Amino acid sequence: MNTTWHFINGRIIDPLNKVDRTGNLLVIDGRIAVPDHPVPAGTPEINVSGCWIVPGLTDMHVHLREPGEEYKEDILSGCLAAVSGGFTGVACMPNTRPVNDCAAVTAMITARAAGAAARVYPVGAISLKCEGRQLTEFGELRAAGVVAVSDDGQPVVDSQLMRRALEYASDFNLPVISHSEDPALSTGLMNEGPVSTRLGLKGIPAAAEAVMVYREIALAEFTGTRVHIAHVSTAMAADLIRAAKIRGVRVTAETAPHYFTLTDDAVTGFDTNTKMNPPLRTEQDRQAIQEALADGTIDAIATDHAPHSILEKEVEFDQAANGIIGLETAVSLSLALVRDKVVDERRLIELLAVNPAAILGFDAGHLSAGAVADITVIDPQQQFIYTADQIISKSRNTPFLDWSLQGRAMLTMVGGSIRYNRISAALP
Amino acid sequence: MATGPTFAHRHILGMEQLSQEDINTILSTADSFKEISVRPIKKVPTLRGLTVINLFFEPSTRTRLSFEVAAKRMSADTFNINASTSSTVKGETLPDTARNISAMYPDIIVIRHSCAGTPLLLTRYVRAAVINAGDGAHEHPSQALLDLMTVNEHRGTLSGLKIAIIGDITHSRVARSNIIGFTRMGSEVCVYGPATLIPKGIEQMGATLSPSLEEAVRDADVVMALRIQRERQNDPLLPSLREYAREFGISRSILSLARPDALVMHPGPVNRGVELNPDVADGPRSVILDQVTNGVAVRMALLYLVMGNS
Ligand SMILES: [Zn+2]
Repeated sequence: MNTTWHFINGRIIDPLNKVDRTGNLLVIDGRIAVPDHPVPAGTPEINVSGCWIVPGLTDMHVHLREPGEEYKEDILSGCLAAVSGGFTGVACMPNTRPVNDCAAVTAMITARAAGAAARVYPVGAISLKCEGRQLTEFGELRAAGVVAVSDDGQPVVDSQLMRRALEYASDFNLPVISHSEDPALSTGLMNEGPVSTRLGLKGIPAAAEAVMVYREIALAEFTGTRVHIAHVSTAMAADLIRAAKIRGVRVTAETAPHYFTLTDDAVTGFDTNTKMNPPLRTEQDRQAIQEALADGTIDAIATDHAPHSILEKEVEFDQAANGIIGLETAVSLSLALVRDKVVDERRLIELLAVNPAAILGFDAGHLSAGAVADITVIDPQQQFIYTADQIISKSRNTPFLDWSLQGRAMLTMVGGSIRYNRISAALP
Repeated sequence: MATGPTFAHRHILGMEQLSQEDINTILSTADSFKEISVRPIKKVPTLRGLTVINLFFEPSTRTRLSFEVAAKRMSADTFNINASTSSTVKGETLPDTARNISAMYPDIIVIRHSCAGTPLLLTRYVRAAVINAGDGAHEHPSQALLDLMTVNEHRGTLSGLKIAIIGDITHSRVARSNIIGFTRMGSEVCVYGPATLIPKGIEQMGATLSPSLEEAVRDADVVMALRIQRERQNDPLLPSLREYAREFGISRSILSLARPDALVMHPGPVNRGVELNPDVADGPRSVILDQVTNGVAVRMALLYLVMGNS
């Protein structure tokens, strides 16, 4: 498989190296060549004029459903969806069946991922079976390859367990990712407010997220550990994180494209593809999330890609499963932030590539000479309609079906090998 | 009925979809059907040969009976499915149930379901007209229409009135449908209840949130009390029904703040001594039984109008 390529006429955006220039980028044997390195004879050219060449994107929050729910997604299909959406790496959450709470499950995931299109970074569980009672063996999980721990899907209800998880994880330099929702307050079906009132659906107040986010901040602050808040959806939580960062608390945060794109108004019509945890919030929250992305309060955009089949989604709204797929729409939806002047190009690449790698602690997210050539090519202009027949994920649960989108990943390269391309039929 | 009124709706999913003109059409049609119920032979051939299925996923005696009586007075064949105990227990999904029923070619499906939005979901899987007989806390359009009909009969108008709705607004589909219906007809709806039972943003539906029971009832043309449950799904809403009756129940002295000719309504079944003092529930201003009578007429009108449009 060829891993030597010459990208020509692209706009190279590499925030970590403070690069933003139009020109060429040479990849030799799967690594990025030093600038002005002579182009080896016979190197295939990839003309990417009008496109951006950026460090490979990392989605730090996906559900690949394997092991256990392969009818929704598996590691191979999820990774194919990832590379088609411009992601060279994904961090997969442990709430599979069985839960990734021991080295054997991690090893199984890693083995399956060896043949996958994207890099897979397993996240281990905080507690056995994600039941919130007994800590998993973080050392063994780390050795097996997990990059973080989380009980995502469930909040850690027991505050003492969370405190101990933060402390113990610091011994292994593992980030702890918190799904922050107070379970007693979040038994509803959508955001609590005028729309839930009109629809007669039980609400989940913004306070359900805020009280848990504040607990994590207080625990991290007291113990001097770090914590990462998953899928921030509310203005209240963003404000808490902003204030904590100013105090020097080691807190990082991510949000998902749906939280800066949609509001709870989308639930009108009872489309179960608008049902997720945390729920879509108000317009005021949506704007606050955008501000938090711009001012550095929120560090990363992650999709919370959560595939479900029609068995879980073509049912009554109350009974429908939470979550939507997101790998294939994230780049397009995030590019709207640039067009709307919420963030600039450089900040967008920090959110999608630089910061996720930094939070998870691996060397990626830059185009330094000698670095492994994980590269995403993005055409910020291309218009397309996201139809069901284009979906690469096994599941189709998305509220963005048939949306007219602008901007798309055109080519995804992992270690110098082209894993997905929309540029030319002549390329792999 | 040779020249039926124009009515543009294939399904009746909620008051939200009905214009003032639609509501007037339904009420005048119901009015013309009402006299059938007092004839010695209470049957007209209007819907002969048509099949009406009452698909009830939630126990209901009153509403189901009312729809069944309405359909039979119109000569339709009616079948009742108590889905709460049958197919869902076997793990059959709503789309499965719907496609199965649709394969029997019913003309109208009347659905009640504990989940909001289910009647809309049903329309995707069946050819029949769908009438919502109550979906979760969302809508109960036939109840609102019979309430509008009852008030209109007693007041001669539906505009410029003050309607007080008291009690559990959060879990009440009757409250939502009535807020939409009465405000659309030009009346003011004031709601009041314990703060644990007032949903966020109810004002955005067009209702006025009253600061006290007295303010809600003062000068009201209609005082409507809603059925109360103390606790739902482990959510502690009220400490006791005793306290509810004392603080939020409609007594004769509270009622004296309303207009002298104010109507007392309740969607039933009444917790006597809780939402309504017995002397109020059975008092001269109570039109609760008129509501029941008009329920049959309104449902006859709905069955007729959705068929006229198929
Ligand atoms: Zn989560």
